[in-house]
Amino acid sequence: MPDEVEENSEQTNDAPDADEPAEAVKTPPGEDLKEVVESAFPGAVLEQSAYQDDEDEATFVVGLDSIVDVSTHLRDHGDTLFKLLTDLTAVHYPEAENPFEVLYQLYSIEHNRRLRLKVRIKEGQAMPTVSSVWSSADWMEREIYDLFGIEFEGHPDLRRILLPDNWGSHPMRKDYPLEGRGERIYTKPKRKEIGD
Amino acid sequence: MVGVANTSRIEQQSTLHGTEELVINMGPQHPSTHGVLRVILKLDGETVNDLDCDIGYLHRGTEKIGENITYTMFIPYTDRLDYIAAPSNNLAWVTAVEKFFDWEIPMRAQYIRSMVGELSRIASHLLWLATHALDIGAMTVFLWCFREREMVLDLFETAFGGRLTVNAFRLGGLHEDVPDKFLQLTQEFIDIFPSRIDDYETLLTNNRIWLQRTRDVGIISAEDAMDLGLTGPIIRGSGVRWDLRRAKPYAAYPYLDFVVPVGENGDIYDRYLVRIEELRQSTRIIQQCLDQLPGGPVTCKTPRTIKPPEGEIYHSIENPKGEFGFYIVSDGTTTPYRVRIRPPSFINLGGLKKLCIGQLVADVVAIIGSIDIVLGECDR
Repeated sequence: MPDEVEENSEQTNDAPDADEPAEAVKTPPGEDLKEVVESAFPGAVLEQSAYQDDEDEATFVVGLDSIVDVSTHLRDHGDTLFKLLTDLTAVHYPEAENPFEVLYQLYSIEHNRRLRLKVRIKEGQAMPTVSSVWSSADWMEREIYDLFGIEFEGHPDLRRILLPDNWGSHPMRKDYPLEGRGERIYTKPKRKEIGD
Repeated sequence: MVGVANTSRIEQQSTLHGTEELVINMGPQHPSTHGVLRVILKLDGETVNDLDCDIGYLHRGTEKIGENITYTMFIPYTDRLDYIAAPSNNLAWVTAVEKFFDWEIPMRAQYIRSMVGELSRIASHLLWLATHALDIGAMTVFLWCFREREMVLDLFETAFGGRLTVNAFRLGGLHEDVPDKFLQLTQEFIDIFPSRIDDYETLLTNNRIWLQRTRDVGIISAEDAMDLGLTGPIIRGSGVRWDLRRAKPYAAYPYLDFVVPVGENGDIYDRYLVRIEELRQSTRIIQQCLDQLPGGPVTCKTPRTIKPPEGEIYHSIENPKGEFGFYIVSDGTTTPYRVRIRPPSFINLGGLKKLCIGQLVADVVAIIGSIDIVLGECDR
């Protein structure tokens, strides 16, 4: 199985070289990484983006079910070798259909490249743990559980890490107020725009 | 009163099974935990069988604060993260926010940023060496290191007015140019500092007690270090030649020449040697900055209100402790939508369990010292 993957990725890498002059359209950042993922898991990359086409900001949105497989593949494949899970965090968008984004910031020392994976989930939905792929995910997943209330299935030791056990709510959610304790109904704060 | 101590998994297990193993608490007031860190150790005789860290005593919700104030207002808060090397944190934040824009930062500002960044690395490594040696029982090193650290803090005071939390940089450059006296005093410091590093080494490097306490203790392989996400001098001590100043250069580092030192065995002694060599390399970098320092303005033209376009960026720098990064989501307003701090101390401390299991209880103190943590940044 790994041999097939290698061959596929080589083929796809060779293909653009053959008709290089016709390659007037700029390839989006992370296109080669996408090919590596898609060769093993077709259709795994749901969305692809990068801030101002910066190669370091290449971002893939992947599905909840495929995140562990995609992570393992990206860690082990010779063209990617994302052995370092730099950061694992979440963002809360209370008004979105899938209000939580879980982000995996990967780094490959061998290739000096970065890649960001994103998974969008619904309120109350549990994430599969990646602590079996990178041990460093252990504490970071505990932190997300603590501050956002996202559960990680299969985590070896899912407890609060920064806040006391009896805290009862999750402060990094947007509906957690700056004063007082506990979550409230979220109203988008009116920002005072200086200079407007 | 909200500070209820977390029940430990280890405590629960040992009461359930009635084992003979001894559970002891180290901290949170223990001096060798370098802050308010509580380590719960399960011992079989003198060997550590299991370990659990209880952190969060210094949690101030810095990320939440960052989401509710402007980009410029957050700079002083970054000082309070890794307060041992405050200018490094400022540098991480300003370079991260500047990634949103295509400003051309003046070279004079970039050189001063690199120079002050290296001074803060010296300040941080000196405090590490002082306390690490003190933990293992060497009192003189502590006094000598603080003597030089005092000189670095005086330099910060000359340039920025602050000693510990300096609020050194601004978005787009510096607040104002550094005084000539700062450059002159820095040159004087750089002239004497290499001989002072030699002095520390005469006390430790070939010291028999030091070797016995640090060699082949707390070994971590390169593969394990990557798996645990360890960064900075720890991963370099395990032989991985990787430094963000080289891999993803920022400030004036593309124009500066320095060596990235690495160890071989990944034990405490190698981490010690790596940091000592980094002190020397920092001295070299500062000398180059002083020699090459261009004239001109120290700040570029920036808008009065900083409003990055919508989007998300991740940017990190080589902090003295490891990779220190910021992930920022902008929604196009004056306040960030999400600020995530990538804390090297937090993630490096996550590797403590792997480093300590099977070691002697007395070595736990040495291993914590060799990781070099700051709880302010670990707990945020």
